[in-house]
Amino acid sequence: MNNLMSVKFLAKKENVIFARGVAGAFLVNLNLELGFLNEIKTAISEAVTNSIVHGYLCDDTKLVELSMSYDDEVVTVEIIDNGVGIEDITKAKEPLYSTKLEEERAGLGFTIMEVFTDQLLVTSIVNQGTKVKMIKKYYE
Amino acid sequence: MSLSLQMSIKRNVLYVRLRGELDQASVERLKYRVTEVINKYYIVHIVINLKEVPFMDSSGIGFIIGRYSQLKERKGKVVVCSMNELIERIFTLSGLKKICLVAASEDEAQNILEVA
Repeated sequence: MNNLMSVKFLAKKENVIFARGVAGAFLVNLNLELGFLNEIKTAISEAVTNSIVHGYLCDDTKLVELSMSYDDEVVTVEIIDNGVGIEDITKAKEPLYSTKLEEERAGLGFTIMEVFTDQLLVTSIVNQGTKVKMIKKYYE
Repeated sequence: MSLSLQMSIKRNVLYVRLRGELDQASVERLKYRVTEVINKYYIVHIVINLKEVPFMDSSGIGFIIGRYSQLKERKGKVVVCSMNELIERIFTLSGLKKICLVAASEDEAQNILEVA
């Protein structure tokens, strides 16, 4: 089975739960187990929160895009923003590293994305935006 | 599902019972209300009950670290209880087990604090 979807939504923190819900709804036909769904939803939650808090610095007039697709083996997720971008992706991915630790941020976003998916690809251009691509295998 | 919150105080321990999903949006509201109560009633220890929380991302970890820092000055302890499997994995990943206590239930959390 092959399928594809894409949605854009305002960079509001209230829309992180929307993104998780949309992701779950899109994958419903695959009859995935709850553990798999929770892992992919957590990874999406982290990426979308990053776009809002870091990419757009909470400017909620901007748009975040969530695209998802699946084939017979993997689910692919892309989260795209046109925000400030990431200067040093390697540093950003380090566990417990955050540019906003004073706001009680754990610095675990990329770590969770890495642990809860099979492949994480981050591409970013400063002042143009960031694209996070995650691939996760599923077994029927 | 948005987050709802119930709090009670027993001696100097604040019990925070959450119902719903913990993410950036819900954590910001939660942080404000819990911090206010901690300061107003001179709370020393906090028990965070996650029994009715099916989902939490790293924003929840940030919240727990924040409360730990807040109570550390008072030599207080943070006990997190009734985590589901997903949340426990995130919790382990974050290294929070080094600074917080974990209990299976609120009763166990209470016992831990009485002994400590």
